[in-house]
Amino acid sequence: MQPLTTEQIRAVIARGKLRDTIFKALGIFCLAIALLVIVALIADMAIKGSERFTLDFFLNFASRRAAQAGILSAWVGSLLVMLVTALAAVPLGVAAGLYLEEYAKRNWLTHIIEVNISNLAAVPSIVYGLLALGIFVYQFGFGQSILSAGLTLALLILPIIIVSTREAIRAIPAMIREGSMAVGATRWQTCRYHIIPYAMPGILTGVIIGLARAIGETAPIITIGALTFIAFLPPAPFTGEPPAGLFDWVFAPFTVMPIQIFNWTSRPDPAFEINAAAAGFVLMVMVLSMNAVAIYLRYKMRKNIKW
Amino acid sequence: MSANNPSDLPVVSDRLAKNAMRNVSERLIEGLLLCAAAVSVLTTLGIVYVLVSESFHFFQNVSIVDFLTDTQWTPLFDDAHFGIMVLVSGTVVSSFVALAVAIPMGTIIAIYLSEFANSKVREVAKPILELLGGIPTIVFGYFALLVVTPLLQIILPELPGFSLLSAGLVMGIMIVPYIASLSEDAMRAVPMSLREGAYAMGSTRLYTAIHVVVPAAFSGLAASYILGISRAVGETMILAVAAGMQPNLTWNPMEPAATITSYIVQVALGDLPHGSIGYQTIFAAGLTLLLITLVFNILGQWLRAKFRENY
Repeated sequence: MQPLTTEQIRAVIARGKLRDTIFKALGIFCLAIALLVIVALIADMAIKGSERFTLDFFLNFASRRAAQAGILSAWVGSLLVMLVTALAAVPLGVAAGLYLEEYAKRNWLTHIIEVNISNLAAVPSIVYGLLALGIFVYQFGFGQSILSAGLTLALLILPIIIVSTREAIRAIPAMIREGSMAVGATRWQTCRYHIIPYAMPGILTGVIIGLARAIGETAPIITIGALTFIAFLPPAPFTGEPPAGLFDWVFAPFTVMPIQIFNWTSRPDPAFEINAAAAGFVLMVMVLSMNAVAIYLRYKMRKNIKW
Repeated sequence: MSANNPSDLPVVSDRLAKNAMRNVSERLIEGLLLCAAAVSVLTTLGIVYVLVSESFHFFQNVSIVDFLTDTQWTPLFDDAHFGIMVLVSGTVVSSFVALAVAIPMGTIIAIYLSEFANSKVREVAKPILELLGGIPTIVFGYFALLVVTPLLQIILPELPGFSLLSAGLVMGIMIVPYIASLSEDAMRAVPMSLREGAYAMGSTRLYTAIHVVVPAAFSGLAASYILGISRAVGETMILAVAAGMQPNLTWNPMEPAATITSYIVQVALGDLPHGSIGYQTIFAAGLTLLLITLVFNILGQWLRAKFRENY
């Protein structure tokens, strides 16, 4: 083979650089598409729904007449379902994460639990809906209530909370535990006064991301058979006559934001399209602001913590 | 150590009694935490129990051979047919469209972020991808039906109002962040020395990325693609909104069709009595869906084990 001349080598280098530049442009183009979709989505819903952004829209019940329909029962329902979800998923998820990181011995049981959690994260959400339909709605007799929906979503986001709890705990150096145990603390005292507080920002990030996912979930809630037309509010939480009245709200029928949007999107009348756009915009604002808080928390955490 | 057996020791103070109490409560707490961790196993058992037991009742009425080979899916008609292939075809076509978008786009973004972009670009791009991944699927469904379908109809005038194509395209965009972020993690885990070796031999960035980094990170890339497939197969709302819900045995993305998931939604929206055959069909469909995702999960784990590179 003839050795290349300087010009030929330069040509090879120029070709390589050109390919690099083309690929760079392609990468930026793909990212731009992603950004464009987000912007187009938000802009489309904001513009189409703009005429419905009035106080009435938030304070009216769903209605057969598009112009008078509102999202009162939907956003109240979403908040209550999220309350149940958080109350169930946060203690369970944090406890499970704590167990796996701080207590579990390396044995077959731990292995099964770990494999299980990673497999559950890949199970389609509608399958959780079928689980809830079979177990919560019929076996336990919770019916098509806020309780059934909240527990279903709690199971759905449990892997997210467990994984983020474990990551947060793993980032705490061993010297913290050793220091605590050296002065006579038990394992639980170490967890209670050191591990959990230091892991808090990480856990919180996971909880927010999990709840943001849960608030937008539609399929499992439709599967348990939630009504789509609800023109009343469930009783206010924790205000009824104790003891039974305190929890009557969890057995109330309900609707949530995503179901309301689905209901309006699937109607042929274009007037409801405006409502769907407006409600979708409200939901997007909720979800995106939760995600933004989580991203900010994580960013801040990475900058601040230095062991 | 004798401290394990308190009865051997003379009790000289309350301290030991206190210690014993403390040990009991420590044990109790450990047990409680273990129960919390066991909830995930119970969830899996619950899923398997519900799907298998309801499907068992279903398969007492319908033979498995009919279920797998019949070419009609009309469970609620008088002349009932239960051919799951009708629903599977919708799922396969829509997933195929979605992956045709998501795998190339996700991989390109991952290579760009891990090999080309500087840290400033990455700090902006990663949150954008994360936000895209956080958008509720019902909003994507709205977007597919009312924005993407009309746009596509400009180019393809014969496209119907509901189609697997527009649902699949939007589903692909939805999956991009999952593939991009997992693939990027895998590629960034490839040791710098491999890249430096390639650069020292005169490789360009692109050549290094394609011929050194991608093969080294292949097990991670494969895992991200498998996750993308699982997402596509299990996606529900985009299809229920934008792909129409009538069962249709087709391999043409330009047609409307029901998928396994959108069929479950359609039945759940109606008022089927508990225990009826229509009610049982959604569990049989759910079991099919779970088995499909399970096969891909096992395949993913196998790929990961086979192509794992250790450095």
